[in-house]
Amino acid sequence: MGANIAVNSDKKEAWGGGGAKPFGASYGKMMMWFFILSDALTFSGFLAAYGLTRFKFIDSWPIADEVFTHFPGLHGVHAPMYYVALMTFILIVSSVTMVLAVDAGHKMQQKKVAWYMFATIIFGIIFVGSQAWEWKNFISGSYGAVKTTDNHILQFVKDGHQIALADFVHNERKDDRVQHQRENGLWFEKEASISQYSVAQVQEAFKNDPSLLIRTEQLNPETKQKIVLSREESLAQLAKAKMVVEGANLHVNEYGNPIFADFFFFITGFHGFHVFSGIVINIIIFFNVVLGTYERRGHYEMVEKVGLYWHFVDLVWVFVFTFFYLV
Amino acid sequence: MGHAHESNTKRIWIVLAILTIVTAGEVALGIVRPGGLVFNNFLGTSLLNWIFIILTLVKAYYIAWSFMHLEGEKTWFRRSIVWTAVFLICYLVTLVLIEGGYLYDTLSPLVKW
Repeated sequence: MGANIAVNSDKKEAWGGGGAKPFGASYGKMMMWFFILSDALTFSGFLAAYGLTRFKFIDSWPIADEVFTHFPGLHGVHAPMYYVALMTFILIVSSVTMVLAVDAGHKMQQKKVAWYMFATIIFGIIFVGSQAWEWKNFISGSYGAVKTTDNHILQFVKDGHQIALADFVHNERKDDRVQHQRENGLWFEKEASISQYSVAQVQEAFKNDPSLLIRTEQLNPETKQKIVLSREESLAQLAKAKMVVEGANLHVNEYGNPIFADFFFFITGFHGFHVFSGIVINIIIFFNVVLGTYERRGHYEMVEKVGLYWHFVDLVWVFVFTFFYLV
Repeated sequence: MGHAHESNTKRIWIVLAILTIVTAGEVALGIVRPGGLVFNNFLGTSLLNWIFIILTLVKAYYIAWSFMHLEGEKTWFRRSIVWTAVFLICYLVTLVLIEGGYLYDTLSPLVKW
């Protein structure tokens, strides 16, 4: 009945799975692998749902190259994907330092393990920070757009390039609208921040500049680019505007369909949470290494197990990178 | 544990180089988007997208086999992980993407532009 006894009280190695080693792997490592398998299925569920939604809106899905265009220090420069590529590289390098830590662990080199773990933690923090920066850019937006009564996003184009609201709306806001706050209105009511420009203001500025055109969410199947309307069609569409959208959140998204933003926040957020928890676990193991816990135990298998988790986070990012930014 | 762990620092750097080159290649293709690869349709998507997917699987292979040391595990342990994941993910993705195509066919005529 040995199989039914959970805690082996006369041996120190509780939950060790007994002496039997199925597949020649230790209990902890095997369970880490099976956890990773289940987590991989969770992530594939999210990415498959993203795929379904993208296929559902295949004729109007946002183009990732036009959404993620920022690079730190290069303000206003169109730099598609360079920053995500850098983030991907940082995560791969952190995977390498992790694997070097595992390798040093096999050779019982405590100092080396500690240094490589430390490097892994630093790269992990850089990655999460970069992701936060991506979120910040996505939330605050880059151009601004309007939403129509048909719930579609209209963007503005001048000379073939998208143009920001701030670059052509110079007329005055006439509706005297300010954000409603508790201290300047009814004390029991407040609202979220309002857009910088009013719909009427944008419409008027658009009418004043005949070189401006409207770009819709729809994709031209031949060019695989967003369709730019003629001046007459643009004016007709803009007349249907109901709100000015700046940036993206779970309800509206200046880059197109709001569900694109929802998936972005959900999938990169879930991955970012994995990275964050990986960093926390790495820090705990790092201190154990420094304190000599594994030196006394005689092996560095804990480093190997946390390493598996860390590599898995990298593995998932490889797929998120492809399906969110490239495909 | 339970199997040989020879130090393979050199291989780690080689794998880093492979992953870096593949990623750089992906990014270059993603920025250039060569017309010959973009404007066609092979099994539901463009050739460029297939290249991205294949390169991603190449990267996943190197991460799992080398970094996660699957190549050193017992054959059936490796299969219990990889085959399960590959089968279930292919199954899910196939069904869900077919459903997505159906939703587009059914709902897009109702969208007012």
